[in-house]
Amino acid sequence: MRPNPSHLTEIEQDALAEIANMGVSRAANSLRQMVGEQVLLSVPAVGIVTRQEASRLVERNNIKKLVAVQQSFQGPFDGRALLIFPEVQSLELVRAIVGDQHSLEDVIDLEHEALAETGNIILNGCLATMANVLHRTMGVSLPTIVRGDGARIFELEGFGSEAAFVLFLYIDFNIKRHDLHGFIALLMDLPSTAALKAIIHDFIRGIEKQPSDYAG
Amino acid sequence: MQYKVLVVDDSKLARMVMASAFRRIRPDWSLVETASADEALAVVSADKVDVALVDFNMPGTDGLELIARIYQSHPDMPIAVVSANVQDEIIARARKLNAGFIPKPLTDEALSAFLSGAALRLKRAAK
Repeated sequence: MRPNPSHLTEIEQDALAEIANMGVSRAANSLRQMVGEQVLLSVPAVGIVTRQEASRLVERNNIKKLVAVQQSFQGPFDGRALLIFPEVQSLELVRAIVGDQHSLEDVIDLEHEALAETGNIILNGCLATMANVLHRTMGVSLPTIVRGDGARIFELEGFGSEAAFVLFLYIDFNIKRHDLHGFIALLMDLPSTAALKAIIHDFIRGIEKQPSDYAG
Repeated sequence: MQYKVLVVDDSKLARMVMASAFRRIRPDWSLVETASADEALAVVSADKVDVALVDFNMPGTDGLELIARIYQSHPDMPIAVVSANVQDEIIARARKLNAGFIPKPLTDEALSAFLSGAALRLKRAAK
C-alpha cells in the first residue's frame, strides 16, 4: 500500500485504521462464530490508491480467479464493502460454514446462498460497527456475488472513470484449519472520502474533549 | 407448550441455521419458513402463528416494515428482528416497535433468551 500523504494526514490515517479495525474485528468475530474456529487477522491497511493498485493487492500470489461478496453502503459517505477470496477456496469456505455433515452436492447447491449470507453477516457487522462508532447511520444493500480478477471486482458501478483513486481499507484473514485466506475490504471514491474525513475529524475532536483520566 | 414460529428470511442458509438452532433448543416448536414479507403476511393472516423472527435486510419490504404490518393485526405477538445490521439506529427502531433484536451470526443463547421471554408472554396472555 502506498498512501498518498496529500490526501490523508497521519492522524486521519491512524483514526481511519482504528475505526476500520473495530469494524473488521467484529466481522472476524462473526466469521469465527460461523466457522467455529480461530480466524487470524492482519493489521488493517488504509490508503488512497489507484484501482489498479487495489486490484494487485487482492491478487496475492498472482491468483486472478477471485470471488467477492459485495454490499454497497450509502449514508454520510458511500462505497462498497467486499469479502474477497480465491475462487478455488469458495467451496471450502462454504463447507467450513455449513459443516462437514453435508455432501459435496449439497455444498455446491448451497454455495451461492452461503456466500451471500456469509458476506451479509460479515460485511454488515463491519459497516454497522463503523457507523455506530461514528454515530452515523448507513443504508446497506443486499449482497451480490462477483467473480473475476481484481480489476473486475473493483469495477465500480456509478463511479466514473475519473475515479482512478479510491480510499482502500483492507485486512486479510486466515482460517488455519481450512487453510483459507481472504480479504475484507472497503472501497470509497474521493468525494466520499472528503465526507468521511470531516466525520473522522469530529470523531478525533470528540476523543480530545474526553476527560484526561479517560483511559479508553 | 408447543408454539408455531414464523421465520422470515430471504436467505435459505439463514433459515437452515435458524431451523438447526430450534432443533437444539426448542425441538417441539414448529417452524413455518418464508422468504419474503408478502409470503409472511399471507401466512400470518391464514395460519395461527405465535411468534415471528424476521430478517431486516430483504428485497422489497424490509423487516421493520413487515413487523409494523404484523402488529397491526397481531399487536401482542412476540416478534424479533434477526439481523447482522447491528447499527444502533436499527436496534432503536426495533425497540420502538416493541420488537426484540437478535444479532447474526445467530447464537443459541441469544435465540433461547428471546424465546423464553416469548413463551412467558404467550403463557400469560393465554390465562
